[in-house]
Amino acid sequence: MKRLLIALLCAPLLVFAAGPELHLDRAPDRSRDYPALQNGAKIFINYCLNCHSASYMRYNRMRDIGLTEQQVKDNLLFTADKVGELMTIAMRNADAKQWFGVAPPDLTVIARARASVSGSGSDWLYSYLRGFYRDDARTTGWNNMVFANVGMPHVLWELQGEQVLGSDHKLKMVKQGLLSPDEFDALVADLVGFITYMGEPMANFRRDLGIAVMGFLAILLVFSYALKREYWKDVH
Amino acid sequence: MSAAHGEKYKSDGSVTGGLIEWVDARFPLLTLWNDHLGKYYAPKNFNFWYFFGSLALLVLVIQVVTGIFLAMHYKPDASPNASGVPIAFASVEYIMRDVSWGWLIRYVHSTGASAFFIVVYMHMFRGMLYGSYHRPRELVWVVGVLIFLTLMAEAFMGYLLPWGQMSYWGAQVIVNLFTAIPFIGEELGVWIRGDYVISDATLNRFFSLHVIAIPLVLLGLVAAHVIALHEVGSNNPDGIEIEDKKDAKGIPLDGIPFHPYYTVKDIVGAIVFLMFFAVIVFFMPEGGGYFLEYNNFVPANSMITPPHIAPVWYFTPFYSILRANTVNFLWIDAKLWGVIFMGLSVMIFFFLPWLDRSRVKSIRYRGPLYKIALAIFVVSFLILGYLGVQPPSALGTVLAQVCTVLYFAFFLLMPVYTSLDKCKPVPERVTG
Repeated sequence: MKRLLIALLCAPLLVFAAGPELHLDRAPDRSRDYPALQNGAKIFINYCLNCHSASYMRYNRMRDIGLTEQQVKDNLLFTADKVGELMTIAMRNADAKQWFGVAPPDLTVIARARASVSGSGSDWLYSYLRGFYRDDARTTGWNNMVFANVGMPHVLWELQGEQVLGSDHKLKMVKQGLLSPDEFDALVADLVGFITYMGEPMANFRRDLGIAVMGFLAILLVFSYALKREYWKDVH
Repeated sequence: MSAAHGEKYKSDGSVTGGLIEWVDARFPLLTLWNDHLGKYYAPKNFNFWYFFGSLALLVLVIQVVTGIFLAMHYKPDASPNASGVPIAFASVEYIMRDVSWGWLIRYVHSTGASAFFIVVYMHMFRGMLYGSYHRPRELVWVVGVLIFLTLMAEAFMGYLLPWGQMSYWGAQVIVNLFTAIPFIGEELGVWIRGDYVISDATLNRFFSLHVIAIPLVLLGLVAAHVIALHEVGSNNPDGIEIEDKKDAKGIPLDGIPFHPYYTVKDIVGAIVFLMFFAVIVFFMPEGGGYFLEYNNFVPANSMITPPHIAPVWYFTPFYSILRANTVNFLWIDAKLWGVIFMGLSVMIFFFLPWLDRSRVKSIRYRGPLYKIALAIFVVSFLILGYLGVQPPSALGTVLAQVCTVLYFAFFLLMPVYTSLDKCKPVPERVTG
């Protein structure tokens, strides 16, 4: 009976086992690597925070990743006057829509939005940012492996160089950029690490606190169970 | 002057005893305490399944308390802020980042929504396992189904508030269901939304309903549920009435006072539950994309329809039943059939006490027919739930149709198979 039920339960899984899935490269974990996250912040603010806002994030929140307010003020404060302000941009939404066809999305929680069954949001971003290739059919001259016919040009092209899509559906480097492929991958990993951090800046603290909470509940469980046993002695 | 009244007062009219007696002379404090806790005799053989009632109450309190604090910072406003993000969406991220402990309060609330349904589904399943809806507990069950319905409305309206893509399009899909109703459908849809599409007007009224109207109804129904239960007494895994065997003092032989026995036991259950709860809140608050859908981190956009609109997991069995209707039949089109069957699939729970003709309550003493029927029902329900989160497909639709038939067969054939079933003799006293 039980075996039959399990087989019945698994039946729909078989039906859907062969769905099309996006292949994503796994993004390296940078969640506790502060120098990498700081480097990511620098890249993000230099390359992304002109067209894309991060409008739920405050500059001084970056104290989370080991920066002081003074360091943020001196090195990263390009789009605001005060370190407590949100990471907004000067470009107006309506203008952006006219210029690009679609307003570049706010990136604060993009790493959370891009998660799917194919992989985490970090994986998606890591594959996306490394997946640009030359495509003359597009007005920007660029297309993307992960996000077909994307509106954004390859902003990091100077660093990565130019790739083309081979007939085997694999990317081939035709013009080397300023960085080697390994250096570029590491840079994108840092950038993705920062974007992921920004999506949920309390994530590290959340996990640390979770361990303490679990410990507390475990101790509470021991005492509450002892109390229950004591009371229930006279029932059994 | 009654004897009880006489004991409360001294000859000069002042109250005997201390503060509690003073209050009790003016308010039935001790009576309430005794009726519902101190001298409420519950069967001593409650098992695992009996934790979920008190857990539902715990989750209700968690939702109310966290909800109060969220409402202090949340803004039900669909208009864009300076960065072009809807204010409602931005205010949720403000809670997550700038409100002290806001992230925790919000995750507890969002996890609590899913936990509520898990606990309530388990609680309902317990009722079906041990026949807790049988005479004399029909009203306990009926009020319980009303709570379930109210909870669905509460969850549906709450899910619109973050104003993400899934909030928006999920609400669009569900409200559009009402437009399938002949003659009045279109007007009804406009009346619910306050607009021709889901909009700021909808967000504001859903906020109001979610934080005031529905919780009031919910609290009233929960009170009625508990009062009705304590009037007739709790069922138990043996499905026998402990009231039938009493000692000389009129206390059920198999009964123990709810307090302290079940209060201390339920505390253990609550802590185990909170451990599972904390794992979600602290280590996987998105619940794998089921508790917080990924696409809901994209602000609502009425111009971009997501390729796959999936309701949150707790609605998916009913959503599958809706989608399983693909044939225009008689003068009614497939969409309206879907709405009718989805409505019936929830409403049919009301009739369970009268559909079940078995003379025993508990599954322990029922025959094989009911056991098989219940197993098929549970499997169908789970498969329907699974299919509901998947994009529609030809095979999935066929499977959903089969499961829909099985789902309804469980209820509609119940009078037949429960009458035919060969039940075992029921013991005089509770076991184990």
